[in-house]
Amino acid sequence: MEKRVVFNERWLPVLLLLPQLAITTVFFFIPAGEALYQSLFRQDAFGLTLEYAGLDNFRVLFSDPGYLASFRTTAIFSVGVTVLGLSVALVLAWFADRLIRAKTVVRTLIVWPYAIAPAIAGVLWMFLFNPSLGLVSHWLKMLGVDWNYLLNGTQALALVTGIAAWKQISYNFLFFLAGLQSIPKALLEAAAIDGARSWKRFWSIVFPLLSPTTFFLLVINIIYAFFDTFPIIDAVTQGGPSKATEILVYKVYNDGFKGLDIGGSAAQSVILMAVVILLTVVQFRHVERRVSY
Amino acid sequence: MGFKNLTLTLLACGALSTASQAATTIQWWHAMTGPLNDKVNDLANKFNASQSEYKVVPAFKGNYDETLAAGIAAFRAKEPPAILQVFEVGTATMMNSKGAIRPVATVMKEAGEKFDPRIYIPAVAGYYTSAKGEMLSFPFNSSTTVFYYNKDAFKKAGLDPSKPPKTWPELFADAKKLKDVAHITAFTTDWQAWVQVESFSAYHNTLYATKDNGFGGLDARLVFNTPLEVQHITNLQKMIQDGTFSYGGRKSESQAKFFTGECAMCMGSSSSLAAIRQNAKFSFGVAPLPYYPEAKGAPQNTIIGGASLWVMNGRPAAEYKGVAKFFTFLSRPEIQADWHQSTGYLPITLAAYELTKQSGYYEKNPGADVSVQAMVVKVTNKSRGVRLGYLPQIRMILDEELEAVWAGKKAPKEALDEAVARGNEQLERFQKISGS
Repeated sequence: MEKRVVFNERWLPVLLLLPQLAITTVFFFIPAGEALYQSLFRQDAFGLTLEYAGLDNFRVLFSDPGYLASFRTTAIFSVGVTVLGLSVALVLAWFADRLIRAKTVVRTLIVWPYAIAPAIAGVLWMFLFNPSLGLVSHWLKMLGVDWNYLLNGTQALALVTGIAAWKQISYNFLFFLAGLQSIPKALLEAAAIDGARSWKRFWSIVFPLLSPTTFFLLVINIIYAFFDTFPIIDAVTQGGPSKATEILVYKVYNDGFKGLDIGGSAAQSVILMAVVILLTVVQFRHVERRVSY
Repeated sequence: MGFKNLTLTLLACGALSTASQAATTIQWWHAMTGPLNDKVNDLANKFNASQSEYKVVPAFKGNYDETLAAGIAAFRAKEPPAILQVFEVGTATMMNSKGAIRPVATVMKEAGEKFDPRIYIPAVAGYYTSAKGEMLSFPFNSSTTVFYYNKDAFKKAGLDPSKPPKTWPELFADAKKLKDVAHITAFTTDWQAWVQVESFSAYHNTLYATKDNGFGGLDARLVFNTPLEVQHITNLQKMIQDGTFSYGGRKSESQAKFFTGECAMCMGSSSSLAAIRQNAKFSFGVAPLPYYPEAKGAPQNTIIGGASLWVMNGRPAAEYKGVAKFFTFLSRPEIQADWHQSTGYLPITLAAYELTKQSGYYEKNPGADVSVQAMVVKVTNKSRGVRLGYLPQIRMILDEELEAVWAGKKAPKEALDEAVARGNEQLERFQKISGS
């Protein structure tokens, strides 16, 4: 049985597609094309001189150890955000799904952080963890932890990873909860009768059946970690200390808007775009095979 | 019929609004927040009330970086504001964008305004003047580096609160006492790249970059890795290690450590005076920066920070006349004196300084003249300031390298050498792009 909608008219499908195409063109294709064009030129801030540079901007980037380090930072950060965000959300969803009392209240509370703007989330956490006035850092110091993310790069990276994951948990939670609710109760009951314990039921029934949701969230979370976490980094560490939290997208901003190096910054966004396209293709090709719909 | 009516109404509206808006509007984009924002609006209102031909409209565009980026984007879209406030590190970028800007000296001359560059404080105006002696931008809010200290904490540590450390060795000794006797973290600094390297070099009369710190040409290269600077950064690293220096961040975050009482000494901008006055619940003093007595020529002068007003190209001629009138208005001694006293920025004219002195302001507000005195000495080619392309990036590189030193990951010499090498790559790129 194949589901298929057939349009008899020629223009209706085009008309229906048009608004989305227009938006994608204006907000994606044109800027992306512009970036591609500008990455091939050397130019001053005001665009008064435009000099063709070929692939010079790219060559400069790849001979810069700081840029290569930024790749590593981005990898650690996005894997951290995705793993942390997905696993915590799954655990929360698993328990929230089995709640009997105060269901709505608990769910609302968990979804709440999603309504907070990333920059606000960043500032919120910064106040908790600020080495001189933060409440949590005060506790950490009482426990004997030498907490100072302004100088300790590992702590800084852990902090922004935590904030970014926290911000995304609500979103992941919603999808996991919906996924869990769509798993037929009969399957779980049958397994329980067969003597499968809670843990076993989760791994051999729930987790495989959730795989389409998990896969979708994996793609979304990686893209989130690559791009949407910018305000958090900007509010908390500005890429520091040294370059410990300078992820690729933050470097694009730093070099383009603060450093006014338009060509170099454009080259970086082209590379960033290529990386994300590549990652998404790989995910669809290899990970999706192991997903059962 | 309906369409025709609408057109007529629109036309009538247009005619009416041109009639009532006879004054030429002048857009002024700036980055001033809080009380400074109020002060900027206040200045515009005063000017608008003083005449009816022109109307200055200030608009806040975010922090310095964002304001500059907004101005650039507007210029590229062919809709620049007439006046754009640009921070001092953006000066070289603006100067080398010849088609984008209109030198202030030219604007004044074309408008027939009386303009004498000599009335401005040389150390301030000199920074914004081209090699040919033409004033390119209007110095608006200039600050410089000063030293703040907590007098109560000094007393507690058994130190004389009327004697702030004059030299770095004295500061180290005081720091130890503050820690051992009063149990207070002694020291912190705002804007480390500006205060501890740029201003430090000028104050000790050594070059930050060749070609007179970039004033002499685009082929300037960084040289701030001399033994004196390495020694200084090594000393600061030792302070971090023995707990007498607490690092607070790259910009002005550290002053919070000072006014909350966590740190007893803080170096930063003279324009932080207002914030410190407002927040500190102890008596504090303002003093000149300490120096190394063995360095020849120290103490010289400190260098300026803050921002200046640039006139952008691409506006109707009538607006430039208004801009010139506005700059004349801003240069008035009473306006400048008031600006200086209420904000902590330097007065930009000597007359404003004299006026403030005569009014007895400095007696009532001890410390407020420290910044001015640090600036009114005769500058040398090494101390006039730092004017380099991509200076924001060079500062960022320095911040990154210094953070590696504070964290104990890099030796001071290694970090400064690395900062020089990385910064020079930026300078080479800037030279290539600016093409000369």
